[in-house]
Amino acid sequence: MKKSWPLYVLCVPAFVFVCIFSYGPMVGLLMAFQDYKPWLGISGSRWIGLDNFERIFRYDEATQAIINTLIIAVSKIIVGIIVPIIMAILLSELRNVGIKKSVQTLVYLPHFLSWVTVAGLMINILGLDGGINQVLTQLFGISPIYFLGDPDLFRYTVVVSDVWKSFGFGMIVYLATIAGINPSYYEAAEIDGATRRQQILYVTLPSMLPMIIVISTLSLGNILDAGFDQVFNLYNPLVYSTGDIIDTYVYRSSLLNGQYGFGTAVGLFKSGISLILIVVSYRLAYKYANYKIF
Amino acid sequence: MYHKTTGYRVFSVFNYAFMILAGLVCFLPLLHLLAQSLSSKAAVSGNLVSFWPVGFNTDAYVKTFSNSNFISSMWTSILRTVLGTSISMFILTCAGYALSKEFRGRNALMWFFIFTMLFSGGLIPSYILVTGLGLKDTIWALVLPGAFGAYNLILLVNFFKTIPKALEEAAFIDGASFFAILSKIYLPLSLPGIATVSLFIMVGHWNSWFDGILYMSDASKYPLASFLQTVVVQSNMQNMAMSQSEVEAMSEQSIKAAQIFVSTLPIIMVYPFLQRYFVKGIVLGAVKE
Repeated sequence: MKKSWPLYVLCVPAFVFVCIFSYGPMVGLLMAFQDYKPWLGISGSRWIGLDNFERIFRYDEATQAIINTLIIAVSKIIVGIIVPIIMAILLSELRNVGIKKSVQTLVYLPHFLSWVTVAGLMINILGLDGGINQVLTQLFGISPIYFLGDPDLFRYTVVVSDVWKSFGFGMIVYLATIAGINPSYYEAAEIDGATRRQQILYVTLPSMLPMIIVISTLSLGNILDAGFDQVFNLYNPLVYSTGDIIDTYVYRSSLLNGQYGFGTAVGLFKSGISLILIVVSYRLAYKYANYKIF
Repeated sequence: MYHKTTGYRVFSVFNYAFMILAGLVCFLPLLHLLAQSLSSKAAVSGNLVSFWPVGFNTDAYVKTFSNSNFISSMWTSILRTVLGTSISMFILTCAGYALSKEFRGRNALMWFFIFTMLFSGGLIPSYILVTGLGLKDTIWALVLPGAFGAYNLILLVNFFKTIPKALEEAAFIDGASFFAILSKIYLPLSLPGIATVSLFIMVGHWNSWFDGILYMSDASKYPLASFLQTVVVQSNMQNMAMSQSEVEAMSEQSIKAAQIFVSTLPIIMVYPFLQRYFVKGIVLGAVKE
């Protein structure tokens, strides 16, 4: 193109914003190597090398937060891939367009609610005299369960509520993939005498495979993201032992307890590992599914 | 034909039942909340309310809308959503259009933007930056830091790329400028993409609560979601500014339910209309041939 200067001009606003608000804070990462004192600033605070990073592994709470993060994030990734695939296949089997559309509208909805709202719902429903416990007590005679205050149950609650909120939205790409399958494959399979179950196993699933691979590999990058919004709104001191994740730990140790340098170090540790994982997963997605971000 | 076998019919019946159930499960908690918000204190504390109000009254809503903190935080949320969405969409459509073309340095620039998705300064450096820029306690602290989103940029770039080059070339020959092409050809044709990204940004602003708590030193400046977080999650009824007698007369549960419901209403109302756009937008942005 002869005149490409307008294209550069169009990128200027985005460039400025990214420089200030995305790359700007990266300068602040220097704090991770300092005994940062707010009144001294980055230039005035004492440099302490890797001390903050060593503390991550000396503090039991920090190590526990990393372990919790891994367990919660990995469970969410696995369940969060399987459930939408199954639901998408089942939904695509519905022939009644009206019911199909209505179900779709309803299951997408939770994705658009904030975690504050969902936490409000959860606290309401999962409380000792909440709806779920009412049903359990009246139907099965089980004594009320404290879902949000029991360290053994907290992770399940987190994973299940995350699936509830996100499975509908996660289905969208799978539904599109299924809709894009050439009908002649099904016709051919039918002529060969394949039952509907066989058609799903040998036509639908293999056709979805590239998309499944892309989504699975890309989700590898989220392995240290257990969901700050969700956990912050659902947890309480009773379940710190199993529910405290890296992000909530950073918040508590730094902003609440004033250990800015240490908090930044934990955050940097997380970002660093995530970056490596994302690059690896992106390479894998490109190699095995020929996927490109742009 | 498979759909005429008994086995498939049985499966179908169960599948319909299961899918309708799945749909209801996503919706019933909100209905339960609505019913609670419209029920009497006795019915709510006696756990008599399921999906239909018992002892119907609208006191919780009257109380909610006469609460000055609630109203001012709602105003803050509306303001940030309008401002934030306009600013973001301006930045993103400009850059998205440019980056959907080929030009020197395009890939380097794209990676410069995408890197922000992979690596960030994190919570504390961001907090110090925003404070250092003097944005604390202003609406700009809620609007500017998140104005650029790499994920949304990718969606838009992929969307703009689907528009045939020939259209643009024809317009060029007719003497149209870059900016005319962007506003007269690209924007109308990529409406699904633009609507999708706008919806994401709008919902993001409306639902965003943590930045409010982080950057506003005073609860009176909170956006709605942050206000709700303190009331619903932290159970801080002080923010409700209620007198002791009022607290005793009303069910805390009903008020919380009413507030959650009111704050969710704009989303529930807007999203069915945008649904066909966002499904198309996501699919085109994510799945590529």
